[in-house]
Amino acid sequence: MQDEPTPNELIKAVADFLRSEIAPAIKGHNAFKLRVGINALDLVTRQLALAHAADAAEAARLKQLLGIDGSLIELNRMLSEKIAKGEVDLQTPGLADHLWRTTMDKLAVDQPNYASYKRELGQKS
Amino acid sequence: MIEAELARCVASFHPGATGITGAAKLSGGASQESWSFDIVHPDGNVGAILRRAPPGYGAAPSRAAGLDAEASLMQLAHDAGLPSPRVLHVLKPEEGLGTGFIMARIEGETIARKILRDEQFAKARPLLARQLGCVAAGIHGLPAAKLPKLRQMTASKEIGDLEREYRGFDWPRPVFELALRWLRDHDPGPSAEVTLVHGDFRHGNLIIGPDGVRAVLDWELAHFGDPMEDLGWICVNSWRFGEIDKPVGGFGSREDLFAGYEEAGRKVDPVRVMFWEVMGTLRWGVMCCGMMQRFRSGPDHSMERAMIGRRASETEIDLLRLLAPRGH
Repeated sequence: MQDEPTPNELIKAVADFLRSEIAPAIKGHNAFKLRVGINALDLVTRQLALAHAADAAEAARLKQLLGIDGSLIELNRMLSEKIAKGEVDLQTPGLADHLWRTTMDKLAVDQPNYASYKRELGQKS
Repeated sequence: MIEAELARCVASFHPGATGITGAAKLSGGASQESWSFDIVHPDGNVGAILRRAPPGYGAAPSRAAGLDAEASLMQLAHDAGLPSPRVLHVLKPEEGLGTGFIMARIEGETIARKILRDEQFAKARPLLARQLGCVAAGIHGLPAAKLPKLRQMTASKEIGDLEREYRGFDWPRPVFELALRWLRDHDPGPSAEVTLVHGDFRHGNLIIGPDGVRAVLDWELAHFGDPMEDLGWICVNSWRFGEIDKPVGGFGSREDLFAGYEEAGRKVDPVRVMFWEVMGTLRWGVMCCGMMQRFRSGPDHSMERAMIGRRASETEIDLLRLLAPRGH
């Protein structure tokens, strides 16, 4: 077992330092690149915090939908294949709900400020 | 080094030019780059842009129209009175600058966030959708006989290309599968009228001034096909930059875009436009995935590329909003 602090805490500390101490001192194209870098660290922090629960819920929904067990990527491959073949579609009970939940969980990590995401979050049924 | 070659080149087509100044690289990709510079002349300097594939550069992507075609399209658009820069010169091999062309530089803004937020564009914003409708109609109406040779696309071909590219990534995306399925089920068939299609009619390729649209740039993806493609592409949510209730580039309504198009004497087919909006949303998503591939495999191991890969999910939520809207 590795000791604390957690990767999550370490990355967040680095991102906060870059944001508050370094970013104000950098100009031009490197300022843009630094901003992208900080965004990347923030994304990793969110993923470390959120992905475990989201992946577990996604896997559980997929098992229910497909009636089969497997790794998350295997289950996603199987669902993709069934959609491509037309064996499941938006009329299939649970599919739209599953895709929405999965996509919302992806956006929560990738791009929580994306306007479409914020709109859907505010209007969650 | 490029200064000396440019100065020699400029003297050959701009009588009285004594040199060039202020050469600055604006962008550089795998196959082409652009430079801004001023032609120095006793009567006053002239702003210019060089768009070129430098000598020995990699081949242009297979979808690309080619720089010669871009130059003739730009000139044809200019001659037809559309907002388009004048082409000043087409490069010759002996000039040592590679292939490409030099065009007049048009002042204005291409960065979407500035166009959508800055005060100086406040008066232009409500006019843009209608103006762009009119410009699109002008592009689609350019005389076929004068146009260069370009690839011909149909909805079915485009779906096939997108699917092949997506499958090449070998990473399952159920939402993309749903979109591909929807596109196949709703393929409107070949367009009754095949015209020139700009192919990348959106923010970034439009120069906007406080007075409105000043120029359409970047004909790299021009082709023959369904004119409704350009109207659908400019409505893709990825180009609204947060202003999601203004479908045309974050500044206007479809109604205004369509009105401008029809005022210029052409018909809109809203169902086809919506089809191309779905296609365009998926296309941008596939392009984001492609950035991730290039980050991993290519020489450009940049954070920016990597992070664009993580924007594919933005197109997934937009596809769901289009194809499986939740009852709000």
